Parts: sequence; C-alpha cells; structure tokens
Amino acid sequence: MSEHKMKPIWFFVGLILLVIGTLIMLNGIYLAFNPSQRVTVLSEIHPDIWWGAIMAVFGGIMYFKTRKETV
Amino acid sequence: MQAIGLSFIDWVIIFVYFAFVLGIGWYLKRFTKNQEDFFLAGRKNSTWVAGLAFLSANLGALELLGMTGNTFKYGMYVAHFYWIGAIPAMLFLGIYMMPFYYSSKINSVPGYLKLRFDEKTRVLNGVAFALMTLLVSGINLYAMALVLHTFLGWNWDVSMWASALTVAVYVGLSGLMSAIFTEIIQFFLIWFGLFLISILGIIEIGSLQEIFARINEYSQQISFTTLWATSSDPTQNGMFIHWGGIVLGLGFVLSFGYWTTDFLVIQRAFSAKDLRSARMTPILASFFKMALPFIVIVAGLIAIALSNDPKSGFTLLHDGGQINYDSALPLLIARYYPSGLVGLGVTALLAGFMAGQAGNVSAFNTVWTYDIYKAVLNKKASDSHLLWMGRISTLVGVGLSLVTAYWAKSFPSIMDYMQAIFSWVNAPLFATMLLGMFVWWITPNGAFWGLVAGMLSSFTMYLAVKFSWFHESFITMSNVQSDMAANFWRAWWAWLICAVVTIVISLFTKKREKSELVGLVKGLTKEKHDQAIPFVKRPEFVAIISLIILIILNLLFW
Repeated sequence: MSEHKMKPIWFFVGLILLVIGTLIMLNGIYLAFNPSQRVTVLSEIHPDIWWGAIMAVFGGIMYFKTRKETV
Repeated sequence: MQAIGLSFIDWVIIFVYFAFVLGIGWYLKRFTKNQEDFFLAGRKNSTWVAGLAFLSANLGALELLGMTGNTFKYGMYVAHFYWIGAIPAMLFLGIYMMPFYYSSKINSVPGYLKLRFDEKTRVLNGVAFALMTLLVSGINLYAMALVLHTFLGWNWDVSMWASALTVAVYVGLSGLMSAIFTEIIQFFLIWFGLFLISILGIIEIGSLQEIFARINEYSQQISFTTLWATSSDPTQNGMFIHWGGIVLGLGFVLSFGYWTTDFLVIQRAFSAKDLRSARMTPILASFFKMALPFIVIVAGLIAIALSNDPKSGFTLLHDGGQINYDSALPLLIARYYPSGLVGLGVTALLAGFMAGQAGNVSAFNTVWTYDIYKAVLNKKASDSHLLWMGRISTLVGVGLSLVTAYWAKSFPSIMDYMQAIFSWVNAPLFATMLLGMFVWWITPNGAFWGLVAGMLSSFTMYLAVKFSWFHESFITMSNVQSDMAANFWRAWWAWLICAVVTIVISLFTKKREKSELVGLVKGLTKEKHDQAIPFVKRPEFVAIISLIILIILNLLFW
C-alpha cells in the first residue's frame, strides 16, 4: 500500500454526511413553504429540517477536522 | 401495496451514495498493490476502523429488515440476538481467542485449522465456509431487491442483478479495504437513516412504555415485551422457546460459533495494525452492538403496536398468502419519512445491503484464494496471480450468490434462513475451535471427523424436520413449534455431537507433539501481551465495562 497518501476514512464519512444532511435540510425548508401532496405522519414537526441539520453539523465537524490528514 | 415512489431529491441522495461508493473503490485501487492489501487491507487499521468494520460486516440487510421483521413475529425476545447472543462471544473472542488468531499471522480462520490440525480439516472448513458465504450473500441480494421492489416497484430480477453488479465492481477494484470503507460509511448512514424511525414512532405513540402497553393489550396470552420473564414456559413467549434453548443454543453455540469462528467478521480484526488493536476490535464493537436494538427492536415493536390499531392504517405486505415480516421497516419509512428523508432511509437500507454483500464477497474471495485454490489447486501461485484470482473470485462469488438469492426468497423470514445455515456450519466449527485452542491433545483426525459428524448431523436434523421424518419436538423438547427454537436447539445438538466425536476419536488417534503447538494452544503458549499497559487501558478492563452494561440492559427489560 502506498505510504502517507491516503485520506482517512473519517474524511469520507464526514463529507457524505455533510452533503446528504445539507440536501435533506434544504429540501425540508423548501417543503415547509411548498407542501408535498404525499402527507406523512408527523410531517407537521418537520423532521427533515432538524434531522438534516444534525446530520450536516456532525458530518461537517468530521470533514473539517480530517480534511488535511493522510494515513 | 403500490410502490411508494421517490421524488427527485431522493434520487439525488441515492445517486450521491452510489457515486461515493464507486468513487472510493476507484480511489482505493491505487493503494491496492499486492495480495495483503487486497485480502487484509494491508494490516494497518486502527481499533476504531477495525471495530466499526467488524460490527458493520454483520450489520447487513439481515440486521435491518430481518431483525425488525423478526421482532414483529417473535417480539422482544429478538433482543437476545444483540445481547446474550452476541456480547459474551465478542468479549471472549477479544480476550481469549484473538491472541492465537492474530499472532499466528494467518490469512483466514481455515488457515488456523491448517496450523493447529492439518490440511484436510482446513479444506473441509474452507469449502463449508465458502458455501455458507454464498448462501448468506443471497440474503443480501434478496433484501436489496425487497427494498427496490417495495419503494420503486422494480421487478425482482432486475433489482437483484443491478445490485450484484455494483458490489462486484467496487469489491473487485480494491478488495477488503473498499469493503471496510463502505462498511464504516454504512454504519453512520444506518444510524442517521433509521434511528429517526424509532424517535418518530415513540413521538407518535407517546412513549416506550405506551408502546409496550398497547402490545400487551392485544396479546395477553403471549408476552411480546419481555426478555426473560416468560422464558420458563415456551407457550408464553412469542418465540415459543425455553430459556435453556436461548442460553445453550443462541447464547452459547450459535453466538460463539458465529462471532468467534466466522471469518466474515474476524477478517476485520485481522486488518488491525497490532495485537492490542486486534483484541480491542470485537470489544469496542460490543458497545455498538448493544445499542442496535434501539433501531431495529424498537422499530419492530412500533410496527406491532401500529398494526394492532385499525385506525393507524398500518399493515404488513402479503406475498402469496403469507405475511411478509421483512416489509415492516420499509413500510415504517414510508409512513414517517417525507421526501429527502425517504432517500436517506432507502440509502441506509441499500448501504446495509452493499456492506453485507461486500463483507460476504471479500470473505469468500479470501477463503477461496488461500484455503481452496492455493491449498489444493495451485500451491505455487505467485503474489500477482493470487491478486488476480481474488478479483476473479469476487465476480464469480457475486454471480453464484444471485442463484442463492432466489432460494432465500422462498423463506417466510430471512432470519430463519440465516440461523438454519449457521447451525449447519458455525455451530460444529465452534466445538472444533474451542477444543483445538484450549485442549492440546485433540488430534487432527479427531477434529476432522468431529467436524464432519457435526455438520452432517445438523443438516440431517434440518431435513428431518422439514420433510417430517420426525417431529420437531424431538430436538426442541417442547410441544410448541417455532422455526427459531428449532434452529437454536439444532445448533446445540450439532455442537455436542461434534465435541463428543472429536474427543472420542482424539483419545484413539495420533497426537501432535506439544512443541509443534506452541502459539496455537492456550497453556502451551506464554502470553506476554499488554503487560506494560495500565489495567484501565487493557482490553480486559473495557470488556468488564461492556459486560456490566449488558447485565443492566437485561435487568432493565427483564
């Protein structure tokens, strides 16, 4: 295996959580103003907005802490 | 049921995941230079990487769809798979067995059998394991197809073939390393993608206590909400099993047989950078294993509570007149998740499938290449040839698992299918490993014939019950019928038969010299590891904490 070049796994985990979390949160905000025809149980508490935000923050912390690291 | 359908944002999220997985496979290919990189990820991983991969290799579609479905079918007793049916075995592996596995520098579990016993025992186990892996692989394909069928209305055949092709590409590119990377990504996606179901289910119904109360209201004769309280009478619990079957069959034989001998999970510990990291791998994983019921068991209980309430509008799918228990989790996603979150939930399920499938395929290609191809067919194979063979066997393994997927589809619950397979292969192997690792006078012939007797007896018992050659109560010692109880008891009898035959034949056959077994058998090997490390940082101390949490959880949900 090549030495000291590979990004750590935590970099990739952080990046994918940041990207997907942000997408879900932004979509949730859009749906709050433009409700979908498919109504789900508990949609009034907007789980997509707060859950997407939690995911993005968690992923963001992992991504920014490891973005310059190699193993 | 009509297909739920995905919105544009759901497709974008699924596309992002697939692009990541294939991109990582492509990225890691440049770091995969030789056979050790391909089969053992270069033996460079930290405890956290190896530990999460160790757990995630087991956290496939089985854990998600199967266990949620099984909770609907059997109730709270399914939590035994996560607690008594996993934690003691994981800790035993880390404390007692890993030093022998890791220090002998083997590439696979059958490789240990070669060093401890002989070539024929290794090949027997290698072939059995390869077959078992292909069968289990089929479950993942089936589960993936179930998700695509439920959400997108895709044809079963198209779903299975599309899924198989993706795994073949990324595992074929960089072997165990890409499998481990995707397993860890999957671990996080599963928690973020599915834990929200439990949260929203509890919010809708009121509380965990309210969920228990509603279930008890509709099933007063049989308890679905206790762990041990009704285990002395099989007619009073959802699994129809006595506590003896849980402790001996699941807690001892099936659990130890899986967690301490199944190369699929142990391969992740072999990828650790040193012995201490390898020992800590299953111990660290035990904490996360104990937490999983808060996703799958709680979701299953929510599904029971909702389906008992006609006003909720929640019912499971039916296939050919049979209840499809495995549809519980996808239907809960459809109930609670708006677009965007649906994409995340589907991605989490797909990730579970991908990691489970990748785990099976990477274990299969290693055992095939080292323990069958190199051991029997081409003993002088070069490093580059073995790397090539690893990639070819990845493609062949995925192809064969397509065949087994159709067989898995015929079972009413995929967990029943899984436990049936484990009771054929892992249960007797655990007897062989236990005796081989802790009793020096067990002979190669004793181990080989014991293993043959154990596997044959387990398979015969399975056929005998399936085709009514004798009644199930003959092995379960109970008048009530349950597939799971039969699996547990069959595993126990197979273990016992293997152990007895191994011991008896060993008494009358040629023993190996003690000097040949140093490093392979406890008692003949001086153990020096971790002597310089403070007690609070040793694997033993962390294992004690894990054990204490296990006891508390069992008392809490007694």
